[in-house]
Amino acid sequence: MPKKNLSGDGTAAPIDTWWWLSHKGTTTSFLCISLFALLIRSAVSMFPYSGAGTPPKFGDFEAQRHWMEITTNLPAIDWYRNGTHNDLTYWGLDYPPLTAYQSYIHGLLLRFFNPDSVSLFSSRGHESYIGKLLMRWTVLSSDALIFFPAALFFVLVYHRNRAKSQVAWHIAIILLNPCLILIDHGHFQYNCISLGLTVGAIAAVLCGSEVLTCVFFTLALSHKQMSAYFAPAFFSHLLGKCLRRKNPILSLLKLGIAVIATFVIVWWPYLHSVDDFLMVLSRLAPFERGIYEDYVANFWCTTSILIKWKKLFTTPSLKFMSLAATVLASLPSMVHQIFSPSNEGFLYGLLNSSMAFYLFSFQVHEKSILMPFLAATLLALKIPDHFNHLTYYALFSMFPLLCRDNLLLPYLTLHLLFTLIYHSQLPKTKASSFSFTNFPGYVFLLRTHFVISLVLHVVYLTIQPPQKYPFLFDALIMILCFSYFVMFAIYTNYTQWNFSSHFRSADKEKKQI
Amino acid sequence: MDGDRRHLLLWFFAAATAVKLLLIPSYRSTDFEVHRNWLAITHSLPLSEWYFDETSQWTLDYPPFFAYFERFLSFFARLLDPKIVDLHKGLDYSADSVVYFQRITVIFSDLSLLLGVYRLTRKVETLKRNLICVLVVWSPGLLMVDHVHFQYNGFLLGWLLLSVSFLQDGRDLIGGFLFAVVLCFKHLFAVAAPVYFVYLLRHYCWAGLATGLRRLVALGSVVVAVFAAAFGPFIYNGQIQQVISRMFPFGRGLCHAYWAPNFWVFYIILDKGLAFTLRKLGFDVQVPSASFTGGLVGDSSPFAVLPQITPLTTFVMVLLAITPCLIKAWKKPQPGLVGRWIAYAYTCGFLFGWHVHEKASLHFTIPLAIVAVQSLEDAKHYFLVSIVYCYSLFPLLYEPQEYPIKVLLLLLHSMVMWLGFTALYSDEKALKEKEGGESKSKFEIGCIEKGYLIGLVLVEIVSQFLHPYFLGDRYAFMPLMLISTYCAVGIMYSWIWQLLKILT
Repeated sequence: MPKKNLSGDGTAAPIDTWWWLSHKGTTTSFLCISLFALLIRSAVSMFPYSGAGTPPKFGDFEAQRHWMEITTNLPAIDWYRNGTHNDLTYWGLDYPPLTAYQSYIHGLLLRFFNPDSVSLFSSRGHESYIGKLLMRWTVLSSDALIFFPAALFFVLVYHRNRAKSQVAWHIAIILLNPCLILIDHGHFQYNCISLGLTVGAIAAVLCGSEVLTCVFFTLALSHKQMSAYFAPAFFSHLLGKCLRRKNPILSLLKLGIAVIATFVIVWWPYLHSVDDFLMVLSRLAPFERGIYEDYVANFWCTTSILIKWKKLFTTPSLKFMSLAATVLASLPSMVHQIFSPSNEGFLYGLLNSSMAFYLFSFQVHEKSILMPFLAATLLALKIPDHFNHLTYYALFSMFPLLCRDNLLLPYLTLHLLFTLIYHSQLPKTKASSFSFTNFPGYVFLLRTHFVISLVLHVVYLTIQPPQKYPFLFDALIMILCFSYFVMFAIYTNYTQWNFSSHFRSADKEKKQI
Repeated sequence: MDGDRRHLLLWFFAAATAVKLLLIPSYRSTDFEVHRNWLAITHSLPLSEWYFDETSQWTLDYPPFFAYFERFLSFFARLLDPKIVDLHKGLDYSADSVVYFQRITVIFSDLSLLLGVYRLTRKVETLKRNLICVLVVWSPGLLMVDHVHFQYNGFLLGWLLLSVSFLQDGRDLIGGFLFAVVLCFKHLFAVAAPVYFVYLLRHYCWAGLATGLRRLVALGSVVVAVFAAAFGPFIYNGQIQQVISRMFPFGRGLCHAYWAPNFWVFYIILDKGLAFTLRKLGFDVQVPSASFTGGLVGDSSPFAVLPQITPLTTFVMVLLAITPCLIKAWKKPQPGLVGRWIAYAYTCGFLFGWHVHEKASLHFTIPLAIVAVQSLEDAKHYFLVSIVYCYSLFPLLYEPQEYPIKVLLLLLHSMVMWLGFTALYSDEKALKEKEGGESKSKFEIGCIEKGYLIGLVLVEIVSQFLHPYFLGDRYAFMPLMLISTYCAVGIMYSWIWQLLKILT
């Protein structure tokens, strides 16, 4: 299949299979792959969305449509306030203002072409061919306008000196992110905007423009509060970099001003009184919903099979415990970045902090796996084997959700597509000096995981769970995915720690030469 | 090496399959119900009634091999959901089971296309082989027609490509046999029959009196055997008249409702234009009672000024157009040129045939893809004609949901073609130093071609956006006419280019 470079030194390598795709430069191959990525997204859009045809509550699609209805019909100050026109119990806004502004713009578009879908009150539960199409096109356009350019920015900065066909592979991995496609264009959400802004912030870090980083990341935070999963990595890396400057206080001040300025501009309608601001904040952090909901593969939900957290502790104490656990879990990576910031370490830091948040945070949803997964796609060239497994288990953790949405066929197809792309060009990995993943015990564990997961796929689809435990299979899937995520998190944390010693020894070598 | 090649071909096929699977819930045309009905007819009725049944308006009008194929599929259909093959209860059945079943049968049947490409590209070098694979297996026209609109063209074209591959290898008997098989699947392929006939006669049978005669008899008996296997049962039942009348429904008009972009579009426009000017000048020109898309109504002609066109006229014109190719094939029958001649024959059939569908353009674009990598001029020609024919298929998928898909398919195909051809015809030096910078390529699109392609974009903007915005529902035929005419220009150019290439 792809011509393997047997000589190993790269000089006499035969023309590889994908040379024709990348011979005209990174931007051209990016354009080609993005056309394919958009095609896949358009095709997945034809499938059902969450809550299709299920009154009275429907699902995320109806929530987004409702937000368009609210934002186009009411003044900004009323968007987060309970009132006669805005019943917060029916899909009240629970994302920060940038989502509201985006809903407003999309709502205007919908109102222009199909006013019935966003008219106040009467459009509740509105489902039509043209309504669905317009909503899907808003996600598609957001993706194309925000996520894709951000990805291009990242790729251009990250791959300044690399073999072109590896770049094409990486672009395909980033753009054909199966989790993102299934959630955004299947289930229906707008993660592409906040993730795109985050990728833009990451690219800005790699390129050295820290003010831009702060602006982009604040925008991402103002779009979805879940972007805070990456906050420790950004904070620690920027702090580490600033501390190494001649005038750390000045650098920190610059960044602080950038953050505050962006924040003020975006949140302006809600900063006129403390009450307004708190009203929005209370919508963003619905602590009353409990430490976990449904069956998500994180620490609290998985261990709740043995330790009934919700019964043993009150919500405030659980809040404190999850905060402590999250901070502890992300501490190693943060400390590492503060003391030895580096671009590569930063990318690992993103992965580690988002994984820590996913595993230990309060009120985590299955869809939140998107955050660590995004960081993993950016690092895919460095950890290809682990990335392969992570994709498999990330998708598997969302399997029950996707089955409920009737998205089984896109799930299987995107799995197939990912496998094809992954194997089209296997990047050469540097074998790490020590890694527990090289042990046969680990390989055996991984294989058993895989076999069990295959069985669970079939069982979930065909067999009815027992009456006494209706969510038995969901729980089994959750346990399996959790155990893989823990192994993965241990490996990446370990790698990041080791990174500093590699970095320092490489520095020493350079000095000696 | 061969294992690598097979892996890569399978990879391309799997990637295309992924896209095809995602296209399952897309728009289906009436062709979907047609094939479901054929599943029901062949399953529920005895052979003697297949070509007589009229429970549904979608009667069986393909030759018997296709009916046997549907019979084979109906066995699995019944296992999945018996209602699919129910003649009466299954009418317009559109549950998930039948949609998934039929779509997946098309995907599986595309394996024959893969086999055809595999055999054809055995002796071709890597880059060219990959490019052919991309052009055929990932053909946007095939995706749009087979996997959205719904047909089985990939399956049939696979057999055709297999036949061509055997001819190119010099194994004429098998090539002829496979072509006869294809004919019994879909008689539309008969347009290339003269080419096959002349080529086989000259190349295979022209070898001295005894050998030649022996070979002629062998070839003849093989063809007769194939036809006997197909039509035998119907001849035995005395139904051959009915079968023929079903296969050749000349009751239909010169043009299909959507006006395939062929020569007759110009003829019709010329006629209308002349009628208009003559009326203005004061001549008494009757408004014709018949229409182009409707059937032949007695002696009345749908043309106001120009002479009437009958099926016989179109037949003669097609034959005349193919003649230069036949003469070339007779004078010097080279196996390597067979693909080119067959593609040319189908182009002529498309341009001058009776009641041609836009979908028929697949018949010449797929064989042309094999030829496209043979030289720089072929590549440039293919680049243009491929985009034109893909665009001409747009009116087939008229619902808004498929709009981004068809546009993206065309853009992606154009980009992949451009990247592939520039890589194939790049400078030799650049091939060696592939790591450094961007390479210069000999593959350049000329100014006229660029202008034509830009015009294509303008046509799309006018027909899709400006027309509905300014004129609403009035003159609904105008966008279609515009697209047909503009594409017809491109396809006429392709025909002339192919003719010149064959003659020189």
